[in-house]
Amino acid sequence: MTNEPAMSADPFQGERPRHTHFHERQAALNVREAWSAWNGFRFADYYYDPEYEYFCIRNFCGTYDICPMQKYYISGPDAAAMLDRMVTRDIKKLNVNRVTYCVWCTDEGRIVDDGTIFRISEDTYMLTCGSPSVSWLRKSAIGFDDVTITDMTDEIAGLSLQGPTSYSTLKAMGLEGLETLKPFGIMRFPFNGVELMVSRTGFTGDLGYELWIDPSQALAMWDALYAAGKDFGIHPYGETATDMARLEAGFIMPDMELSESLKTIHFEHDQSPFELNLGWLVDFKKPHFNGRRALLEERERGPKWTLVKLDIPGNKVAEGAIMYDTEDCDNEIGYVTSAMWSPSVKANIALAMIKTPALKGDIWAEIYYQKELRYYRKMALCEVKDKPFWMPARTRQTPPEVYS
Amino acid sequence: MKRYDAVIIGAGHNGLTNAAYLAKAGLDVMVVEKNDYIGGAAVTREMHEGWFYSSCSYVCSMMRQAIHRDLDLAKHGLLLVPYLGTVAFGDRGETLIEYTDEEASYNELKKHSPHDADAMHRFQADLGRYAQLIRKTLLRTPPDPSSFKPRDIKELLWLAKEFYALGERELYEYVRFFTMSAAEFLEDYFENDLVKAAMASPGIIGTALGVYSPGSAYVLLHHVMGDVDGNVGAWGLARGGMGAISNALCSAMKAHGGELRTGSGVQQILVKGGKAVGVALENGDEIYADIVVSNLDARRTFTKVMDKNDLPDGIYERAENFKIRGSSGKVNIALSGMPKFNNVPDNPYINRGGQGFVGSLETMERAYDCWKRGTWSDDPFIESVIPSAWDPTVAPAGKHWMSNFIQYCPPKLADGEWTPEKRDAFGQTVIDKIERFSPGFKDLIVHMEVRTPHEIENEIGLTEGNIFQGELTIDQLLFNRPFPGYGQYRMPVKNMYMCGSSTHPGGGVSSACGANAAREILLDLKRPNTVPEDDCYDE
Repeated sequence: MTNEPAMSADPFQGERPRHTHFHERQAALNVREAWSAWNGFRFADYYYDPEYEYFCIRNFCGTYDICPMQKYYISGPDAAAMLDRMVTRDIKKLNVNRVTYCVWCTDEGRIVDDGTIFRISEDTYMLTCGSPSVSWLRKSAIGFDDVTITDMTDEIAGLSLQGPTSYSTLKAMGLEGLETLKPFGIMRFPFNGVELMVSRTGFTGDLGYELWIDPSQALAMWDALYAAGKDFGIHPYGETATDMARLEAGFIMPDMELSESLKTIHFEHDQSPFELNLGWLVDFKKPHFNGRRALLEERERGPKWTLVKLDIPGNKVAEGAIMYDTEDCDNEIGYVTSAMWSPSVKANIALAMIKTPALKGDIWAEIYYQKELRYYRKMALCEVKDKPFWMPARTRQTPPEVYS
Repeated sequence: MKRYDAVIIGAGHNGLTNAAYLAKAGLDVMVVEKNDYIGGAAVTREMHEGWFYSSCSYVCSMMRQAIHRDLDLAKHGLLLVPYLGTVAFGDRGETLIEYTDEEASYNELKKHSPHDADAMHRFQADLGRYAQLIRKTLLRTPPDPSSFKPRDIKELLWLAKEFYALGERELYEYVRFFTMSAAEFLEDYFENDLVKAAMASPGIIGTALGVYSPGSAYVLLHHVMGDVDGNVGAWGLARGGMGAISNALCSAMKAHGGELRTGSGVQQILVKGGKAVGVALENGDEIYADIVVSNLDARRTFTKVMDKNDLPDGIYERAENFKIRGSSGKVNIALSGMPKFNNVPDNPYINRGGQGFVGSLETMERAYDCWKRGTWSDDPFIESVIPSAWDPTVAPAGKHWMSNFIQYCPPKLADGEWTPEKRDAFGQTVIDKIERFSPGFKDLIVHMEVRTPHEIENEIGLTEGNIFQGELTIDQLLFNRPFPGYGQYRMPVKNMYMCGSSTHPGGGVSSACGANAAREILLDLKRPNTVPEDDCYDE
């Protein structure tokens, strides 16, 4: 017998997606082999049935792999000042063990990316975001002497646990004191000799947590979580269910509502916070920050576009629809960015970018839909909604409801 | 004393829907309910500590999503969760699994019969075609074929147009279909006994017909025409049990200003000068209203809470002859753990879905023979589902409740009335049968609630415990429901209406009867309509 390494080497190894820290368990549960990729990692679209997984988020609880999400430690005495200069929100107001949602902009006030900032100690922040941001973070640190940026993406295993039974699952796992954890708060628990960090955060509009742990204990944590969640309907969910849940909650999704400014070719095909209805994230009371001047000007004249939540009559999903001011399509006034039939609310919902002045008039969606291969077209008069389609009281309730 | 615009008798889901739409139109409405709890047959009750049973109806697919949406029932706490993975069990314990994944389902069918695996596509297309047409009629008032009113003529033309759109061949097929038996209909498609039995079983649910009785094909269709979020034929569970539907409707009704009085059974509908003027309660109270709406079944409405002398000639007799035979039983079981079934893969999707103990066409027909003789079969058809596997609110964590619907169970026994002993013997038959397919099942039982037609009638007032408020045979459908000439919710006494499942489109938790009746009432009152159109016309 000879050992021929060439025989066992995978000639495609270099182009196969990497495996996340939870891959081993998730691969076993991915009955449908429904994979895509995110930031170089193999990533599930769904595992068994997208709608089943969506309902786990709304009815039981589910886990979503956030290992591919980018995680950076920004530390040192100047960390707060640097972040405060970079993002539009006032980071000095962020207390230790609290989390905040932010956007950061170019000088022109266009969004580079959105993400969350965790203040994990006095001088250390963790920034998480969808796309790799080392380069922008380094640029943003210019002029700050005492700040260190460390890419922790591979060093922290992140798992989101969302849904009404998420709290009961974590309690069953033995996390004492979790009942006092409020939305956007952080708590720490010992787990197998390492620290398990739990934040009450998520991307589903429902009660939920995100778990952060040393990769060495990732699988052990998965096993403990799934053992605890067995009677609470725990199930992994992928991108499809996430996208449904976040749209119902009215959250924006990169590459759907947001075209990252640094990657956008066409003029103003990126977005400003005001255009995405995120003006509440822009704090002009704090000193200078990236994009401040441009954003001040934009606030004065008003955004060109405005992202709106739409309730659309009928049940034909308005995916890719162009919007008009009249039923006869006289003037184009915008486009749908995301659309779905909401199984929880039983409504035909969408997010759409509308030219701001057109918001005063009617909004008609030109919807194309298919019936056994043949295409049909219909016009639907849309209703603008102020509130998220789905945001139950339990999302913010502390202590959360116990299932037993 | 306060006078209401409308009083609705019975806080079942249709009564509440009706009241919600009348209240939404600005009417002052009062719903009276005999029980201390609401919901009628769409009810959740804690029958054993920590276990919440959907005591009567247990799954949902006909609920009009246009109503769910329009009344904002999600905000009022309603979440409908589809469930997956139904397994049919044959006489010899063989199984047929209905997977969510089309490819998997095809492979499964192919194991039983390659022929049937192919034929399934044709079967579903044909059934889908029939279902689609019927679905379009659910949230509409049937036209009166004897009327020359423009509205009726228009509606008749619409219906004719829909029928003709099927094409000539299908038109003939459809008419045949309405009068066929489920078994005969299936013979056209399938060869495998278990496949046939599994597909035929919806044809007898809630019906005093056998799989070989003419008319059972339509009942089959009635059970598969619903959908959950556009997934036709899918069934859902209400989070919190079926009572969550009634509770959400009640909450919506109250949000529009409607009122509810529980523990207030109606003694009689008050009629003066040929007009309904209110109701007299069993406790002697009288509630006056311009309009009286009965959500009770047709038999109960006209023979129990109305004076025969207040009715035009012949109506009382029609009500007495209204076909509303009791045929079903229900056994609700609290379990200390999840049962395991033979010949079923032990995975979280399949082992927890629905179970159809269908046996074979012959077994089902034999069970029907027993019903005819006034007894129950020792090998009945049981349709089971374990809602706690899909809903964390209805049983303690790790424990389960199983809903078992049994066909058949006679309203009266050959050897006399039901007694608690006979009821328990019936329940024993059911668990004996399940034990055959799930050894050790009996050891898991913590509590059991056995319901024969006797209990169902006594508790929620459905005559003979008929779950549809009257059989779904063509003589009692569309404009003939409940009686010819009274298919538009207006009843023979002025200012009196019906809004329950005895009216079009019949049984099932659809809210359609209640909503249709509200639309007719508002039309008579010359008030703007508040009832939405169905959203199925683009399909």
